[in-house]
Amino acid sequence: MPWFRRSKQNIIAEGPKKEIPDGLWTKCNGCGEIIHRKQLEQNFFVCPKCQTHFRIGSKEYFEILLDRGSFKEMDKKMRSADPLDFKDTKPYSDRIKDTIKKTGLNDAVRTGTAAIDNHPVVIACMDFGFIGGSMGSVVGEKIARAIDKARKTERPLIIISSSGGARMMEAALSLMQLAKTSAKLAQLSDSGVPFFSILTDPTTGGVTASYAMLGDINIAEPGALIGFAGPRVIKQTIGKDLPKGFQRSEFLLEKGFVDMIVHRREMRSTLSRLLHLFQN
Amino acid sequence: MAKGTLEFERPIIELEQKIEEMRKYADNLDIADEIGTLEKKVDQLRESIFTNLTRWQRVQLARHPDRPYTLDYVGMIMKDFVELHGDRRYADDKAVVGGFASLEGRTVMLIGQQKGRDTKSNLYRNFGMMNPEGYRKALRLMQLAARFGKPVITFLDTPGAYPGIGAEERGQAEAIARNLFEMSHLPVPIVATIIGEGASGGALGIGIGDRILMMENAWYSVIAPESCSSILWRSWDYKEQAAEALKLTAQDLVEQGIVDRVIAEPIGGAHRNPQKAASILKDVLIEEIDGLAKITPDKLIKKRIEKFSKMGAWKE
Repeated sequence: MPWFRRSKQNIIAEGPKKEIPDGLWTKCNGCGEIIHRKQLEQNFFVCPKCQTHFRIGSKEYFEILLDRGSFKEMDKKMRSADPLDFKDTKPYSDRIKDTIKKTGLNDAVRTGTAAIDNHPVVIACMDFGFIGGSMGSVVGEKIARAIDKARKTERPLIIISSSGGARMMEAALSLMQLAKTSAKLAQLSDSGVPFFSILTDPTTGGVTASYAMLGDINIAEPGALIGFAGPRVIKQTIGKDLPKGFQRSEFLLEKGFVDMIVHRREMRSTLSRLLHLFQN
Repeated sequence: MAKGTLEFERPIIELEQKIEEMRKYADNLDIADEIGTLEKKVDQLRESIFTNLTRWQRVQLARHPDRPYTLDYVGMIMKDFVELHGDRRYADDKAVVGGFASLEGRTVMLIGQQKGRDTKSNLYRNFGMMNPEGYRKALRLMQLAARFGKPVITFLDTPGAYPGIGAEERGQAEAIARNLFEMSHLPVPIVATIIGEGASGGALGIGIGDRILMMENAWYSVIAPESCSSILWRSWDYKEQAAEALKLTAQDLVEQGIVDRVIAEPIGGAHRNPQKAASILKDVLIEEIDGLAKITPDKLIKKRIEKFSKMGAWKE
């Protein structure tokens, strides 16, 4: 028996932390700073204090990178056909329907033609908000068509990745999207059109093991989780804690798997410079 | 009960043991008729069990500890196998074996994932889980074959690419991606066969081909049923349901347009009669390799890329 016991509750209540509602103020996951939505938007969704890059979707990314009004979307209506009639705790077709309703997106990638600083490009950007940015048939096919478009129009290709990997609910068909996109990139490479891969937080699994790692130039955002196996799986396998900074962009740069780490603020100008260099 | 007997095989094994006992103790008695009837019954039982296997039961067969592995098949169907080692960059990955061999007079490059059969050999082979240097060794050997115009045969049999710290440090994802990319435009025929477990990107990393074959009791999917269960059901107990949902058998994959041809196994699975399994596999491989030999490299690559481009299902 302890001699003294706290009669009142702890000052810091334990239990689930309160999420700040999706309103005007956002809390930074990196440093806890409370940031006003406006300020965050103006700062490319990067914490002004600690430079943590917030996860953003295709809409925000296109606004940051592309010349105003230049984006023409391709295959906008493509949706998953639930080819395996997959059911876990919930039918996949319902999951798709609900996610479309919730996000206003049709699947986890948007593709199209656009311009960056007047350089014509083909661009694709993944949305992590759509079933963890997972790659099923739709993502694979849209990426494949974007690659074809780049090859046929000789426009450089840019893919911005953020994904948990291949989509389980399309099983082997999802796995084959790794093969499909990589085969298309081999064709693109043979025809001499450059491909810039941008890796954002997080890019893991099947997407890393296919197009995200196959850029002629690989660019990572600071602090992004990038890897093949997820950290939880690795920790479970080896039964040890993982080293600090493991599988982060800075780690990949050190190990030689990305060409550079670029702050979101500098992304557009970096791409513009590269496009210019490749063109001349 | 023999080691490695699967739950659903039990009635067959029990009946077989009964017949064996009857033979032993019935030297003088004339019970040949009775034994004959029982033997017929065993055959019928085997037939009915093995023609109605659930998907999870096939996964168990694919993992059977007596199932033939890459080197077993190489020994039974090829001659003059010269194993080649190392990726020339970092190390020699023992979870994958490769080298030139002769398939009835045809020189081929054979590359296959290799499991171990006991604890010691499993540790040596890392349970058939490749590291980046394994994928790079495989690629080096394929490019070697391509330089000398030899076709490539790959055998897929892995529970997955190794998820370790070193594997990530040396670029597991890049190594797999690079193989998918390079295999897509390799200028020689490639025949890939899933002989056991085809777990996700780890298997696919040597699985691009002009022809994709799959043994009757192998499985191939984006994730193992147990892991799928743990993620989607948040429990390890739904592996049977996960196996059903993933539709991961050879027949399923033919229906999905991924696998070109199913290779029949002797009744009871390849481990029941490895010689027969090997001889069926050998005939199919010869037929496929010969069929591809006449196609020019350019056309081969074009058709290979088209083949993978068609895979998937979507609505527009």
